[in-house]
Amino acid sequence: MQSVMVGIKRVVDYNVRVRVKPDGSGMATEGLKMSINPFDEIAIEAALRLKESGAFAQVVLVTIGPAEAEQQLRTGLAMGADRAIRVDAPARLEPLTVARALHALAEREQPGLVVLGKQAVDDDHGQTGQMLAALWGRPQATFASELAVAGNVATVTREIDSGLETLEVDLPAVVTTDLRLNQPRYVKLPEILKAKTKPLAVLPLAELGVDAQPQFTVREFAPPPARVAGVRVQDVAELVAALNARGVLS
Amino acid sequence: MTRVLVVAEHDGARLAPATAKCVRCALDLQPEALVVAVLAHGGADVAAQAARLAGVTGVMLVDAEHNAVPLAATLAPQLASLAAGFTHVLGPSSTFGKDLLPRVAALLGVGQLSDVLAVLGSHRFRRPVHAGNAVVTVDADPQRVLVATVRLASYAGVGEGPAAPIERRTLDVALPAHTRFVSRRESGGARPDLMTARRVVSGGRALGSAEGFKLVAELADVLGAALGASRAALDSGFVANDLQVGQTGKIIAPELYVAVGISGAIQHLTGIKDARTIVAINKDPEAPIFEVADVGLVADLFKAVPELISALRAQGVR
Repeated sequence: MQSVMVGIKRVVDYNVRVRVKPDGSGMATEGLKMSINPFDEIAIEAALRLKESGAFAQVVLVTIGPAEAEQQLRTGLAMGADRAIRVDAPARLEPLTVARALHALAEREQPGLVVLGKQAVDDDHGQTGQMLAALWGRPQATFASELAVAGNVATVTREIDSGLETLEVDLPAVVTTDLRLNQPRYVKLPEILKAKTKPLAVLPLAELGVDAQPQFTVREFAPPPARVAGVRVQDVAELVAALNARGVLS
Repeated sequence: MTRVLVVAEHDGARLAPATAKCVRCALDLQPEALVVAVLAHGGADVAAQAARLAGVTGVMLVDAEHNAVPLAATLAPQLASLAAGFTHVLGPSSTFGKDLLPRVAALLGVGQLSDVLAVLGSHRFRRPVHAGNAVVTVDADPQRVLVATVRLASYAGVGEGPAAPIERRTLDVALPAHTRFVSRRESGGARPDLMTARRVVSGGRALGSAEGFKLVAELADVLGAALGASRAALDSGFVANDLQVGQTGKIIAPELYVAVGISGAIQHLTGIKDARTIVAINKDPEAPIFEVADVGLVADLFKAVPELISALRAQGVR
């Protein structure tokens, strides 16, 4: 029986507000709480449930990043993943490079399914899963809110702008998760201790033989244009008057 | 020489407003050619609508049965083939475009820019990161084709112009059979579409229940507005998932946005900051939503909203 491969990214915690560095060279992330990208945590949970249902034998976690990202791999192992791989690379990689690295790993590991988050909440690209599917020549089912596997086929319900769409894809396939796919489990202390002894392999990006040449140059980070707070009104009558004054009711 | 290919979003009969917005963005590239690709089954009406968008110099129509439903796995190899000779490929940052364009880019061996909100030059763009907490200026490699999605809230659609020529294309591209469409459930109903509505009324956790949310829906109907919701309201199960406004939901730019019982987490604010007028009704005077609201009312929504509905009914809003 095959494994499920889950790609995760270490990001600034979803609840922490990040600000631009005064010199515009990047975001001030030093000392901030770091976590598994929330969509990737949902991906881990989805993979664990598929393993528990007997559809797959094992859950393999993968991250492409620096040594610190092993903290997030350990958290994923504590959730219940069986083993982890860290591809040693700088933290800021373009999605195409990440997709190429995941593709190389997919060729080595031959997973029956790859589950990724639909987007990372730092760069907000939302590209890696689709790119991996293209490079691998396999199906993609993005923005998944329901996922079921029967034999060699996955049935995936996707959240699209106008509602819900259901696709059937042959495995192996790439699925990216939306928020409502599941509620990730909490990690218990004994699991954290057990996770310390689970296998975690490290290999250099160069060993995968992928083209890691950047195609974009980020010149500058700027704070977004601020919206200025407007007027406070005292009651509904004043509210309606303010809306009429702005001409938004006609 | 800049030649831009814009991927049309449509439902088989009508061109989505997203396409006119992508054309508006494409015009900022000052292209010599601006061609809209319509992949459809049938699609003559859609192609005719695309041909009349101001600034469009041509339409390529690929009419094939396999294009009856928009599957990224099927559309991407066709678009990668159509992209030959173009310097830029643009599509909307809707779920359609976000699903499709990265697959097209990877087939072309190039990266992709997501959510372009400003064009500064043929290969220099601005896009938001970190839930809109920052805007980055990015240079793309002019030696490669640039594939990008367009942040729809940042662009008004172009109007109509003289009809551009429509070219029918047949493509000799191998298409995969590994992805099959099963069904689609549209949850729209009678209200305007959230992505393109002039007015939007959203509710948050403070509504307390699906029953409470009906109050927000009633206000939306009085205003002829689309209905939206914060993630907190969705997580509480008050409404359907496709109503989510924010970083990981829909990013919108209506003329009027009314936030009812929404505290205003940064992830929500990033979805509404391009609204022309933001109105907030919340009983917590410290709620962050008031920092961005043009008109704020600190009040119990269960009292204020029924009053507002009566006042708007009395006035006869159009």
